[in-house]
Amino acid sequence: MDAIILQILNGLDKGSAYALIALGLTLIFGTLGVVNFAHGALFMIGAFCAVTLSRILNISFTTIDETRTDFLGNPLKVDTTYIEHWLGPDLGGGILNWSVPLSILFAIPIMILVGVVMERGLIKHFYKRPHADQILVTFGLAIVLQEIVKYYYGANPIPTPAPDAFRGSFDFGTLIGFDPNTIIYPYWRLVYFAFAAVIIGAVFAFLQFTTFGMVVRAGMADRETVQLLGINIDKRFTIMFGIAAAVAGLAGVMYVPINPPNYHMGMDFLVLSFVVVVVGGMGSLPGAVLAGFLLGILESFASMGAVIDLIPGINQIIIYLVAIIILLTRPRGLMGRKGVMED
Amino acid sequence: MGILEVKNVNKRFGGLQALGDVNLSVAENTVHAIIGPNGAGKSTLLNCLIGKLIPDTGSVLFQGQSVLGRKPYEINQMGISRVFQTPEIFGDLTVLENMMIPIFAKRDGVFRMHAFEDTSNEREIVEQAESMLEDLNLQDQRHMHSASMSRGNKRRLEIGMCLAQNPKLLLLDEPTAGMARADTNNTIDLLKQIKDERDITIAIIEHDMHVVFSLAERITVLAQGSPLVEDTPENIKGHPKVREAYLGETA
Amino acid sequence: MFGLAKKDVTLLLIVAALTMLAPFILNPFPVDSAMAQFNAGYPDLMQRFVIFGIFAIGFNILFGLTGYLSFGHAAFIGVGSYAAMWMFKLFGMNVLPALTLAVVMSGLFALLIGYVSLRRSGIYFSILTLAFAQMSYALAYSVLATDMDGPDEQGLLQKGLTGGETGLQLTLQDPRILGQQTTADGGIPVPNLFGLEMRSATEMVMGDWVFTFSAGYYFSAVVMLIAFYLSIRIFRSPFGMMLRAIKCNNTRMTYTGLNARPYALAAFVISGMYAGLAGGLMASMDPLAGPERMFWTASGEVVLMTILGGVGTLIGPVLGAGVIKYMENIVSKINSDILHSWFAFLPDGLEDLVVTMIYPFVGKGWHLTLGLMFMLVVIFLPGGLVEGGQRVARLFRRKKAKEGKKSTQSTPAE
Repeated sequence: MDAIILQILNGLDKGSAYALIALGLTLIFGTLGVVNFAHGALFMIGAFCAVTLSRILNISFTTIDETRTDFLGNPLKVDTTYIEHWLGPDLGGGILNWSVPLSILFAIPIMILVGVVMERGLIKHFYKRPHADQILVTFGLAIVLQEIVKYYYGANPIPTPAPDAFRGSFDFGTLIGFDPNTIIYPYWRLVYFAFAAVIIGAVFAFLQFTTFGMVVRAGMADRETVQLLGINIDKRFTIMFGIAAAVAGLAGVMYVPINPPNYHMGMDFLVLSFVVVVVGGMGSLPGAVLAGFLLGILESFASMGAVIDLIPGINQIIIYLVAIIILLTRPRGLMGRKGVMED
Repeated sequence: MGILEVKNVNKRFGGLQALGDVNLSVAENTVHAIIGPNGAGKSTLLNCLIGKLIPDTGSVLFQGQSVLGRKPYEINQMGISRVFQTPEIFGDLTVLENMMIPIFAKRDGVFRMHAFEDTSNEREIVEQAESMLEDLNLQDQRHMHSASMSRGNKRRLEIGMCLAQNPKLLLLDEPTAGMARADTNNTIDLLKQIKDERDITIAIIEHDMHVVFSLAERITVLAQGSPLVEDTPENIKGHPKVREAYLGETA
Repeated sequence: MFGLAKKDVTLLLIVAALTMLAPFILNPFPVDSAMAQFNAGYPDLMQRFVIFGIFAIGFNILFGLTGYLSFGHAAFIGVGSYAAMWMFKLFGMNVLPALTLAVVMSGLFALLIGYVSLRRSGIYFSILTLAFAQMSYALAYSVLATDMDGPDEQGLLQKGLTGGETGLQLTLQDPRILGQQTTADGGIPVPNLFGLEMRSATEMVMGDWVFTFSAGYYFSAVVMLIAFYLSIRIFRSPFGMMLRAIKCNNTRMTYTGLNARPYALAAFVISGMYAGLAGGLMASMDPLAGPERMFWTASGEVVLMTILGGVGTLIGPVLGAGVIKYMENIVSKINSDILHSWFAFLPDGLEDLVVTMIYPFVGKGWHLTLGLMFMLVVIFLPGGLVEGGQRVARLFRRKKAKEGKKSTQSTPAE
């Protein structure tokens, strides 16, 4: 029992990332009818927003502290970041420590800008082109974006820690009546899950309760009719693209402490997120979220020692296997709507 | 017994009774028109005939054999060809190639792997296709991409592609919808010519009464998913029920 | 000739001439000159040209004719490579049986994947093939690489069927029951065609030029010519016409009494066999097979080759494969020193500026150039190089026609 709960918990953070990326993919696909292979790159750019902010905050100058010496007996060189110098060790150090969550503020405008530029500059011209062309041009864009990041940040993963307060783990098992030390769960993963839940809730609330969201939902169902009503749907779709980009970016920002980002993380997640979208049902937002968590948890279960002993390597292929089975038995995915990409 | 027998066919979509107890018999070598106001179930009926939809109950027999549950290509191989509302042709292929494909399908069946023969070596098929194009007055366009033809000629080509297979039954779904008057008349003439020259049964769904009364020998009026009357064109014209349900709006 | 129309025979002969003379054509610069780094006439690179040419020709039969965009074709390269390697390990180093098994195995594998994937079309098909390929990659990387001999034995399957991350390699212990197990001096024998070693090469020195003729290259080139010839036959056959009909209008196809699925499946299997052949050749040139060949970026690369050259054209994929592999080799070799030497004629500040601007695109930045090319081709030249060439040719013809008109018009005035 405790093992099962532990695996569910372990699946949640990856599932959250899948769900957030798949949510954006579905929004873009549902509203614009575009298959965006560059969506994983947005996740990656988000992650590097966090890296960038942390680097900016860590810019420092060197002073020589005559009172102390290093192990060779020379005066000790001390690096002080400007932010600590200006704002004092308490506030400055605090900001440094909280650089990852603070990156959210930094990332939102950047991601929306990236998304809008991408839509207006490139995707817009591909609405009427075949899906194959959309796949190919966004695939090219994904390569370009990740190579640019690689050029500036190098090929190696860049560890960027979570705030000290969330660095440990807590004993989740004791909360629900298990023995101590049976279910240990890192704080940050819990933060990530909560964060994802908030974002998902916000997106759904936005679509459900605002007129903007209503128009977008109507547009997802029937674009032509909405346009006939004289509503400028294109402008709204551009904003929607920006929002989808921001969702992917934020998913990336907060994922940084869980997995040090590298330039190809976007592609890695993208392939799986596409599978998630297809399993959930092309064009279904709840389907994308549900499938994201489901596959995340399933992957985590498949990585259990007992399961791997039984079927070696199942953890590597479980998601693809599930996708293949679902696509063949339920071609519309778990919650897919009729009439979406059905030719 | 007719070449096509539709018996007690019912089809529901959720709460909507699209077809209710449809009985229809199309006699061999006639032109049978199915008319009715919008939403009368004409398209649903047609889709049941060619395997796109399967009725909830009832049977559809073509020459005594059931077509239900068969794939569209199997139904075609039985001898039923279909012309669509908007011409369905192979736009990126040349007109001649368009005409050759149905002839290949007639000769070789649903699938044959002839990967290393040269198409131009298939003398018989090329000749058949060219003579068919000549009949249609399209021979001077045979090396053109069919997508760049006029709407009327696309329709001619599509009808020709169906005829090239020598079907026993030709189904036409509003063949003149959205056409200019001249193209409509051309199509009527073509269909008349086909009717006179071939042993073929034609079932036609049409809105345009001009087309219907120029061609049809029998007419079935469909209203709200059920056949209202079936009779000759002369009698249909004067039928009070039909006037009320359908022609009433225009008469 | 060869059962082809005149136009196609000309095309085939041109390709044949180009491949046979490639060691000359691709080595236009003297060995010691500064431009020597642009020479591509060395065996390793030329082999890659023709092998990826085969891969792209096969991919084009599926994508170019039927329009089904497979994003998992690299899986068949992997299967072909592993199959050929096992043939080398078990039976001997002759490349013909190895290639045969590579083609057969990848064909069977394609039959399985195609049968399942082709039940869906459009984006679903692309994602299904992608999922299958990623699954194959994961399997080759881990599951199939586990010790299948048991803990106490040290046999053939010690590193599984695929050898995992390090790849499948030849060892001295391999049985090779039909050939020699070890060479006379105790080494591992090399792949050969009835004794002609694939890695053997002759050099010809002509003044400042050195040309290398490699047995491996010529063997691969002949295989590619056969593959190219067969693809012309397929394009011109009724079968090829049916495949184009699927791309064009599946509805009409079905209502014309044709079952599109076996046609598409046949195209899928044929293109899988081409990929397997390419994989087998890779293993024959360099007896090693690793899972990275199956990674989905490799599948993306073949899509790019086909598009860059011209989807659905005969020569396009070969051109695309050549251009991409050439650029990969040459562009990735350029470093900042070379750039500085090129732009040395500029004033210092400008030189540095130009070099800094170009530097991200060369050397390790090759993939950036690749991605940009990908986008530019899809945006501006969806028909690829072939269409580009046709446009240019049309432009010239129009110019000529205009000039011709002018001259005829001016004649009576004289």
